[in-house]
Amino acid sequence: MTIEIKTATLQPIRNTFANIERRFGDKPASRYQEATYDLQGEANFHYRPLWQPQYELNDKSRTKIKMNDWYDLKDPRQFYYGTYVQQRAKHQEATETNYSFFEKRGLAEHLSEEVKSYLLTYLIPLRHVEHTANLNNMYGCAFGYGTAITQALLYNAMDRLGNAQYLSRIGLLLDGNSAESLTTAKQEWLKNPVWQPMRALCEEMTTVEDWFEVFIAQDLVVDTLIFNLFYSQLDEKLASMGARDIALLTEFMQVWNKDSSRWLDSVLKTVASESEDNSALLGEWVQRWRKKTLEALKPVVASMLDNSDALSIADASLEERLTKIGITY
Amino acid sequence: MSKVYLALQDNDDSRYIVEAIIEDNQEATVINQPAMIRIESTGELVVRRSTVEEKIGRDWDVQELHLSLITLGGNVDEDEDQLRLSWNV
Amino acid sequence: MVAKKLNLKDKYRALTRDLDWDYDYSDRKKAFPYEEFEGIKITDWSKWEDPFRLTMDAYWKYQAEKEKKLYAIFDAFSQNNGHLNVTDARYVNAIKVFLTGVSPLEYQAFQGYAHVGRQFGGAGARVACQMQSIDELRHVQTQVHAMSHYNKFFDGFQDWTHMHDRVWYLSVPKSFFDDARSAGPFEFLIAISFSFEYVLTNLLFVPFMSGAAHNGDMATCTFGFSAQSDEARHMTLGLEIIKFLLEQHEDNVPIVQKWIDKWFWRGTRLLAIVAMMMDYMLPNKVMSWKEAWEVYFEDAGGALFKDLARYGIRMPKFVETTAKEKEHISHQAWWIFYTHGHAAGFHTWIPSDEELDWLSEKYPDTFDKYYRPRWELAKEMEARGERFYTKALPQLCTTCQIPMGFTEMDNPTQIAYRSSDYEGEKYHFCSDGCKHIFDQEPEKYVQSWLPVHQIYQGNCGGANVEEVLRDYYKMNLGEDNMDFKGSSDEKRWNEWKRKGVA
Repeated sequence: MTIEIKTATLQPIRNTFANIERRFGDKPASRYQEATYDLQGEANFHYRPLWQPQYELNDKSRTKIKMNDWYDLKDPRQFYYGTYVQQRAKHQEATETNYSFFEKRGLAEHLSEEVKSYLLTYLIPLRHVEHTANLNNMYGCAFGYGTAITQALLYNAMDRLGNAQYLSRIGLLLDGNSAESLTTAKQEWLKNPVWQPMRALCEEMTTVEDWFEVFIAQDLVVDTLIFNLFYSQLDEKLASMGARDIALLTEFMQVWNKDSSRWLDSVLKTVASESEDNSALLGEWVQRWRKKTLEALKPVVASMLDNSDALSIADASLEERLTKIGITY
Repeated sequence: MSKVYLALQDNDDSRYIVEAIIEDNQEATVINQPAMIRIESTGELVVRRSTVEEKIGRDWDVQELHLSLITLGGNVDEDEDQLRLSWNV
Repeated sequence: MVAKKLNLKDKYRALTRDLDWDYDYSDRKKAFPYEEFEGIKITDWSKWEDPFRLTMDAYWKYQAEKEKKLYAIFDAFSQNNGHLNVTDARYVNAIKVFLTGVSPLEYQAFQGYAHVGRQFGGAGARVACQMQSIDELRHVQTQVHAMSHYNKFFDGFQDWTHMHDRVWYLSVPKSFFDDARSAGPFEFLIAISFSFEYVLTNLLFVPFMSGAAHNGDMATCTFGFSAQSDEARHMTLGLEIIKFLLEQHEDNVPIVQKWIDKWFWRGTRLLAIVAMMMDYMLPNKVMSWKEAWEVYFEDAGGALFKDLARYGIRMPKFVETTAKEKEHISHQAWWIFYTHGHAAGFHTWIPSDEELDWLSEKYPDTFDKYYRPRWELAKEMEARGERFYTKALPQLCTTCQIPMGFTEMDNPTQIAYRSSDYEGEKYHFCSDGCKHIFDQEPEKYVQSWLPVHQIYQGNCGGANVEEVLRDYYKMNLGEDNMDFKGSSDEKRWNEWKRKGVA
């Protein structure tokens, strides 16, 4: 009886918040929608930032990209905080199993000195590239516009810190938790001539002003090339050196890259198809950073991989991605 | 000497943590408030992993404290074995 | 040779700050350009003590566990129509104030920490700020999700982000955070991590959330306490930043003291709204604002400032005024809203007789003398069908933006007015504290977007107040505003009661 009364008297007076209703109509909304759209302040800022008086606190003109509605850049994964951390916790748990399997079975002991030195010279230093990616995604998060893109950039930034930490833990597995391998790998990053152009590129990216350009340079150009070279081509090379087990330790990054690519491709497709101006800008930025990054990777790739086509293979994967997104120049 | 304090959500895990705190901190006072438990003490308060593990009957990571912690007052020193709150004066 | 194993602290360093390096190819100042303009001297970032040591894997794991629990409660809450379990529909107005006034601040905190989490040159501090940034995003989103159910059954929640950018009283919290975010990175941390998180937010989250539980609102209590479980980390960051700055260079001490003075006062003004929520908007009371102030500021803050004295830091300026204000502030604030209830996006009301007695008991030195007579008069007027509303738009304090309704603390019948002249204009303030803040940085505060001025200047559309409320604020007039008595919220609530569901 009571149940019938309840349904009769407990009709909701509205289905969702008014801003969501204005966008999507008067119907129940998803948690992603309610936790994303219009969250960021848009009007009547009280004071100009002391550190950038030329802009408002939240200001669309911090990039040359123009969107009629920045909330068009929605995340196909529908990540809000809760779904994001729960998704990552799942990956994390699987990764933890891999790492402890590797440790308990003493798999590091089966690695040849040559493999270990390979890892210290080429794989572990990538943690510094991931650190750069953390900075660059934070940059977009802080200076970007609209919760749709800024929250996704924050998740990406935290993921990159996570990637850097997993790479560091590979080092700790190799050196029995003394961190000596991290010191060695950092010296490679700082001193080894083959890494210097890439280090210079990382440093340069953190000084670029337009947040969307930084986003393109890092998440599209550098990441596509790096992931192909290090997690696909280097992975094969390590397998050929009898170090197939390392794939256990880089699986998180592989899974992450797939997840993140889905988001990135969708966002960039939307931006590119918004206007010719946007499309031209994306093309210009890609062209600039593609050239720089290929140059910067040349020495490290030449010394790391035997295949003289390695860089062109990576570049072809970038080309394929650009076509898919619709960036041409 | 000033008081340090922490407050925990009133849930099952917290009960064991509070038991452990009382055992390790003879001076501590426990105050029950709606949905929360506040524990205060003069000068210092320690949450020890080993004591909590004894009470809760399983491995317990000090960082798990953050699942139930609502607030704290005092300088924090946290490592693998304990979380210690203190004032220097 | 067996290498020495790392302890937790060293391991955490290896996994965070050791990721950074000294630049050789680009100018590091161009990558981190905002570290010097405030005059703060950082001689050695490596002295930074990590306030907590959560690597990302542990972060995802623990936070996912918290979220799982929290959303299980939200689901149960909406499936079981948990809104029917609150003590009284008046209570819901407190969380309307929360969603429109506080949740957008969580959003601004997310943005502010993202900014400093990119801009600090020290990687240890950066990572701590990034984690706080993502936590703050968590807070605003869980709050929206908790309120989502209330929004379906009560008025006043529906346009919270739109309102936050525009409505007159919401410019109080908005300007507070705009002020912090527009400041330099170190001031931001002293403002939010130290003054707000460490010294003052307990007053918002602990007794108020305990009050939510006490009033049958499990959704709010749960997000509140779940958010607070992150807050403990944020508080340790607040304490670390202040110790770090004070230990880096003695020249930092006066700068930090100046910021503490400013942000303590700015924070107490913001909390006037919380004071009124606790004393007037919770049907079941947990503790009075005055008691909460004594426990969470005077005792806890007192201990903190004693601890900081060794660095040459003293209690914030005007702290003695707050010792007097704790007796008055909640009553004066609720009176401001009661008399402007036609222009507010939530309902106001006269306290019940039982509540008036509780207030008399909790405020023996002031309530009967100054405030009870007002409410008795309001009751008489209401009984005559003349519920009192102030027609005039209030003058706002240029700094805190609260209507000028607070009194001299030594003469609680006299409204306090202060003013300063700057470049030929006169600016008005509610207190010595707000005047002092303006005088330190007039070029900043002359920019204030004062809602009442803006209405008079025609920047909010509408020829009269009603049009501004309806068209510019997007309030549903007659639904969102006015007295609780006679409101649609009340009618629906009584209907649920009558049908036996509430």
